[in-house]
Amino acid sequence: MNIELRHIHKHFGKVHANNDIVLDIPSGTIQGILGENGAGKSTLMKVLSGFIQADSGEILLDGKPVLIKSPADAIGYGIGMLHQDPLDFPPMRLVDNFLLGRSGGLFPDRKAVEHGIHELAVQFDFSLDPERYVDSLTVGERQQLEILRLLWLGARVLILDEPTTGISASQKDKLFETLRKLAKQGMTVIFVSHKLEDVEVLCHKVAVLTTGKLVGEAAAPFNAKKLVEMMFGKEISLGARRPLKLGARVLELRDLAVEDIRLHLADINLDVRAGEVIGVAGMEGSGQGPFIRACAGLIRPVNGRVLVNNHDLTGSSYHAFKRNGVSFMPASRMEEGLVPGLTLTEHFVLAEETRGLFIDGDQGRKLAEDRIKSFNIRGTPVSTVESLSGGNQQRALLALLRMPLSLLLLEHPTRGLDIESTIYIWSKLKERCQEDTSIIFVSSDLEEILQYSDRVLVFFSGKVTPPLDVSSLTTEKLGELIGGMGWARLTSGGAHEK
Amino acid sequence: MKNNIWINIGFQVGALILALLITTLLLVAAGAPPFQAYESIVTGAFGSSNDVVSILISWSPLLLTTAGVLITFAAGLWNIGIEGQMVLGSIFATWMLRLLQNTAVPPMLIVVLGILFGMIGGAVWAALAGALKTFGGVNEIFGGLGLNFVATALTIYLVFGPWKRPGVASMSGTQPFDQKLWLPTISNTGLSPWALVLSVLVVAIVYLLLRGTYFGLRLKAVGKNIKAAFLLGIPTWQYSMFAFLLCGTFAGLAGAIQVTAVYHRLLPNISNGYGFLGLLVAMLINYQAIWVLPIAFFFAALNVGGIQLQIVYKMDSSFAGVLQDLLVLLVLLGQGIRERFLRRA
Repeated sequence: MNIELRHIHKHFGKVHANNDIVLDIPSGTIQGILGENGAGKSTLMKVLSGFIQADSGEILLDGKPVLIKSPADAIGYGIGMLHQDPLDFPPMRLVDNFLLGRSGGLFPDRKAVEHGIHELAVQFDFSLDPERYVDSLTVGERQQLEILRLLWLGARVLILDEPTTGISASQKDKLFETLRKLAKQGMTVIFVSHKLEDVEVLCHKVAVLTTGKLVGEAAAPFNAKKLVEMMFGKEISLGARRPLKLGARVLELRDLAVEDIRLHLADINLDVRAGEVIGVAGMEGSGQGPFIRACAGLIRPVNGRVLVNNHDLTGSSYHAFKRNGVSFMPASRMEEGLVPGLTLTEHFVLAEETRGLFIDGDQGRKLAEDRIKSFNIRGTPVSTVESLSGGNQQRALLALLRMPLSLLLLEHPTRGLDIESTIYIWSKLKERCQEDTSIIFVSSDLEEILQYSDRVLVFFSGKVTPPLDVSSLTTEKLGELIGGMGWARLTSGGAHEK
Repeated sequence: MKNNIWINIGFQVGALILALLITTLLLVAAGAPPFQAYESIVTGAFGSSNDVVSILISWSPLLLTTAGVLITFAAGLWNIGIEGQMVLGSIFATWMLRLLQNTAVPPMLIVVLGILFGMIGGAVWAALAGALKTFGGVNEIFGGLGLNFVATALTIYLVFGPWKRPGVASMSGTQPFDQKLWLPTISNTGLSPWALVLSVLVVAIVYLLLRGTYFGLRLKAVGKNIKAAFLLGIPTWQYSMFAFLLCGTFAGLAGAIQVTAVYHRLLPNISNGYGFLGLLVAMLINYQAIWVLPIAFFFAALNVGGIQLQIVYKMDSSFAGVLQDLLVLLVLLGQGIRERFLRRA
C-alpha cells in the first residue's frame, strides 16, 4: 500500500511533536524512521496507526485520503503497529490474544485460529505455542507474537517501533529476514529506530526526524556519517576504554543454582571485584533474569551461596541486599521501575534515605532539579513519570539509584535509547565504577557488551560460561556462544582470576 | 493551568445540577412536589438548632470513616469492609463497658477504655481483611464484604443472645448503659464535643500524613505500583497492612463513639451505613483530604434533611441517599468525560 503523509502537525501542550511532516512511502518499501529520543518518531507513527489524531494534515492510502480515528480503523485500512512496549494481555493464552483483536461471532473458532497461528509461525519461522500464557514469554517472543497477530489480522502496512531493542542478535536476523520477505510480497514496512546499524542493513530508504521536523531523507546505500550528522548535528565517538584496576571482592557466588519455571541453572561461580563491569549476554530468556535477580536477593537460590562484601546473604531478603549496597534496575520501566502517577520529585525523595517524619519540600525539589540536570532528563520536577518519553524514563530510573553503591545490577540499561544517551549513561555508570561500584548488566546488544564489560558471562539454554575476559572476545565469537556454538572449547579457562 | 481549575469547577457544578435534575424527576415520578420536597430537606437539616446538632452527630463518624478510607485508597486498597470495622468498634466498646460497668473503676476511665477497646476492635477486623489480602490472596473487596456480613451477624447474635435485655430481646438493642458511662454531651443530645474534636483531629492527621510525610508518599507508591515500590526499598506488604490497621482504628473509633455518645448501647445496624458513605465522600472529593470537612458535612446534612421527607411525604428517608449516590456517580462520570475531553484538546 502506498502511504502519503501530508503536512502532519501534532502538539502536546507546548511541545510541537510533529511539525509539518511530509513523507511518501511506496508499496513494498522498508522505510526507516531515524531520530533520537523525543524526536517525534513515535508520535508520527501513533498518528498513522490511529492511537492519536493529528492536529492538522492529511493521510492518503493508495492516493485516497482517509480519516484514521482509532487503532481499529487503522487495522481496518490494513495498518498494524507493533509498539515499543508490547500491548498484549499478559495473563491470557496466546490464542486468546489473537481472538481479542478480531471482530466476529459470539463463539470464537479457536481451532481455526490455532491453525492460522501455526501456519504463519511456520511461514516466518517463529516458534510459539498457542496454548502458552503471554506472561511466560520473553520480550522478544512477545514481539513475535504481536507481529504474527497483526499479519493474521490482515495488516498490509507494518509499523515497528524500536523492534530490535531487547531481542537477541539471532532473533534480530530472523526479524529482518521476515521483514524483507514481507516487503517482497508488496507489504509496506515502517521501521522506527535510533539504531543506525539496523537501519543501514535493513531499510530501502530512511527519513530523519529531529525535534519534530523531518530534516532529511536518504536512500540505500546510506552514508552513516551523514545520517548521524542529520540526527545530532554532529559526529559522535564512543568513549575510550579505561584500564581496569582490581579492587576488593564485592560479590562472591559459590556453586549458585537458580531456577524458574522453565530453566535450571547450576554451578555458577563468580567473583566480582570493586569497579569491575560484568556483561551478561545470551538470548532472551536463557536464564539471565533469574541469575541477576538471585544476585539482587529477589529470588532465593535453590543451592549455593551469595556473599556481598564478605557477608553471607544467601536467602536474605531484597531489603537486606539493598542495605548492603546492592541495587537492581529492572528492564520493564513502567511495570517494575517507576510509579505512574508520582512526580519525578516524589520518586527521588522515595529513593533517598528517610530523614525524619516530614518531607522537606524545598530540599526535594532541589534534589530533583539536580538529578534532572545531571542526568539530562527532559522533564520538570513536577512531571509525572508517565508523561516522559521512553528514553527519559530510562534516565530517570538510573537517576534513582543511590550513591554510593557496592553492586549495581542492571537489566538492559540502555534499551530503547539513542546512541548519544547510551554513551551518556555509560559515562555516568563508569564514573560509579571509578568510585568502586561493580556492575553486572544484562544486554542483548553485543556491541554494548563488548564495549563496556571487563568480563562477560554468556548464557545459553540453562548453561553459563565461566567469566570470559572481554579481550578474548569478538562479536563473531560472542555471537557463536550465544547461539550455542563453540562451548566445547571453553574449559575452565578464559577468566583472569584463579 | 488556571483554565483547568475553571474547567474542573465547571464539571463539578454540572454534575451537581444534573444530579438535582435527575432527583427532581424521580421525586415527580414518586408523586412528591419536588420543590417543596427540597425545601423540606433544607428545613429538615437547618430548620432548628436541634437539626444542626443532628447533622453534627452524623458528621463525626462520617469524618472518621472518610479519613480512614482515604488512607486505604492511598495504598490502592478498596476497604469496603470499613462498615464491619465500625460495627466491631461498637461491639468492642460495648464489651468493655459491660465488663467494667459494675466495678469500682472510675466511670470516665471506663469510657476511655471502652473507646480505646473499640479502636482495637476496628483494627482487628481490618487486620483480618488485610491478612486475607496479603497472605491469602483474597481481594480486599470480597474479604471486606464477607467480614461485613459476619459483623452484622455477630451484632444480632449478641443483641438477641448473650447481651440481650432483661426480659425480652428486641431490635432496639441491649440494655442502655447507666448515664455515668455516657461520653459528656451537649445538653444530653448525643453530640459530644470530644467526639467532634477527635474526628476533626483525625482528619487533620490524615491530611498531614498524606500530604507531606514519607509515610504518605510511600503509601501512595505502594498504591500506584507495588512492584516498583518494592524495588525502591519500601516494605510493601507491611505498608498495606498498616493502612488497613489505621483505617480500622478510625472506623473502630467511630463505632465506639456511636456507643458511648449517641446510643449508649449496642443495636443492630449501629454503623448506619457511615462506612459506605465514607467511601462515597472519598470518591466525590477525588481523594483530596482537604475537602473532607465540608463535603462530609453536606452529606450529613442530606442524611438528616432526608428524614423530613419521610415525615412529610411518607417517602423513604433513603431518598437523600439517592441524591448522594447520583452525585458521586455523576461527578465520577464528569471526571471521565473531562479526561477524554482534555486529552483531545
